[in-house]
Amino acid sequence: MSILSSRSASSRFVWPEWATLPLVGGGVVILAWIIIGLTIPWWTPYDPTNLAGMRFQPPGAEHWLGTDALGRDVLTRTLYGVRHSFPIAVFVIGCAVVIGCTLGAIAGYVGGWLDSVIMRFVDITLSFPPILLAMAVTASLGPGLGNAAIAMVIVWWPIYARLMRAQVLSVRSREHVEAAVASGASRSRVLIKHILPLCWSPIIVNATMDFGQVVLLAASLSFIGLGAVPPTPEWGQMISEGAIQFYRWWIALGPGLAILSVVLASNFLGDGLRDYLDPRAS
Amino acid sequence: MFAYVTKRLIAMPFLLLGVITVAFLLTHFTAADPLTSIIGERQMNNPEVVEAARQRWGLDRSLPEQYLVYLGNLVTGDFGTSFRTRQPVAQDLILRLPATLELVIAAMMLGTLFGITLGVLAARFRGGVIDNLARLFALIGASAPVFWSGLLVLFVFSVQLGWLPGPGRIDARAVAPPFVTGFFTIDTLLAGDWTGFRSVLLHLLLPASVLGWTVTGIVSRMVRASMLDVLSQEYILAARAKGASPVRVLLHHALRNAMLPTLTIIGFSFAYLITGAVLTETIFAWPGIGSYAVSAARGLDHPAIVGVTIIGGAAFLIANLLTDIAYAVVDPRVKLGAKAGA
Repeated sequence: MSILSSRSASSRFVWPEWATLPLVGGGVVILAWIIIGLTIPWWTPYDPTNLAGMRFQPPGAEHWLGTDALGRDVLTRTLYGVRHSFPIAVFVIGCAVVIGCTLGAIAGYVGGWLDSVIMRFVDITLSFPPILLAMAVTASLGPGLGNAAIAMVIVWWPIYARLMRAQVLSVRSREHVEAAVASGASRSRVLIKHILPLCWSPIIVNATMDFGQVVLLAASLSFIGLGAVPPTPEWGQMISEGAIQFYRWWIALGPGLAILSVVLASNFLGDGLRDYLDPRAS
Repeated sequence: MFAYVTKRLIAMPFLLLGVITVAFLLTHFTAADPLTSIIGERQMNNPEVVEAARQRWGLDRSLPEQYLVYLGNLVTGDFGTSFRTRQPVAQDLILRLPATLELVIAAMMLGTLFGITLGVLAARFRGGVIDNLARLFALIGASAPVFWSGLLVLFVFSVQLGWLPGPGRIDARAVAPPFVTGFFTIDTLLAGDWTGFRSVLLHLLLPASVLGWTVTGIVSRMVRASMLDVLSQEYILAARAKGASPVRVLLHHALRNAMLPTLTIIGFSFAYLITGAVLTETIFAWPGIGSYAVSAARGLDHPAIVGVTIIGGAAFLIANLLTDIAYAVVDPRVKLGAKAGA
């Protein structure tokens, strides 16, 4: 049937129902950044850390986004920036999801004192303004992108622990779980086979939205001077270089727009995913 | 309801203790030796100086001992002494708190004002161009890094157009008002200094707008939703039938009732603004807690970092508590305890 309908519509492309504007728009931007990050060394005329021309050239035909204090091409550096931001965001979200979901699932399923202990840790961690906690952790581990990433995992895991626990609590009282328990399935089997598969959609939606937030916080830490160090072409680090020369507006323009595009895209993508995965929630 | 509030209030001191403990431990499990930032790297080879500094700053004692001493001092309002400024951290914080509060309150007022305006417009022109533009404007405010949008507005309004002053709290040539409340707006007025007051307001406008922009979306989304809710009710129809003008119906009849749920999120936006203030202050050379936190973190000034983190945590805790309570009071349908943190 689907073949028939698609054939009859061959003259005009019909959007599939899942392809909403936020989902596609956000997805395209993120995908574009990933492709840029993977392929960039092969097609940029300039090097991100070496002299590319005169210092402080405003945007023009040679340098579309101008050059910075060391004569490096701002556009090239901006595009290279994704090679720092995205791996960090993937690492932070990945670790936060794994740690948070494991602890959250245990808390929700086992309950008792273990639940209390885990959730008090969650409460306390969530009592800090994220940026202050990340700053304190990075400051004590020592500045650097790697340590900033560890700090952000510490900031982010409790959100997933809370989410996962709430999901497990709501799913475990459903009838199919009771049926599985009644038929003699072991506790770990019930959790892994019958509860967890139904818990993922809010986690995925949240992780997508948080992707942009992690990129933003990582850039903030670098901007403050706790993350990436020069000459790394990292977005926050680049904006802090632009802040020193702020009447030369083009130095910070590229990295700022880059962060904005990623945060917006991940927001749209998350929104779209939520509508797709859980239509009731919107 | 009452039980919920009591439960939350009882949990507060424990959470606060947790915050203090975590903040303390964080800065003591450190890779960098705090002594380096106290006596400087060159003196690190001099065992006598190192030993003296160790004793002077209590670093020769065991960790639990240091913790108990710290807790005991906290009770008396003593946050320790900053490695960097050599002043008591509590004094540094008290001197800088008014600047941050002034900025955050101004930002909250501006953000709420933008948010309500956008929300009303969006609800009135639902689904139209204005609705979508309002959403986009709010979304950009929430997504753009404040340390970048701050730079842009400084460049445009201060450097290019020359309409507004640059960074700082008051004109560089002017004398800061005598310290009464620490709020420059109030202190200049108390001193009867009108030019000073004007300068302070103008200096406040850019950083507060940038910071307020970040919460515009939270407010406008709430106002839009509750306006749409209210506008579909019968008394609005009655008001229209009675011949009230569209503007009057919108602002007098609808907005007044739609405001109630909006009030609840002001606490939430406050918590959000504390985070934004750290970066906004850095860009605008604002001598508040945020820029203090940044220089403390950069300088590995542990007592200052712990102090700032504790104060920030306490403010965050209180803001969240008030939000949850306000939420519960205003909208009894909210299931308490089920709220996921974000």
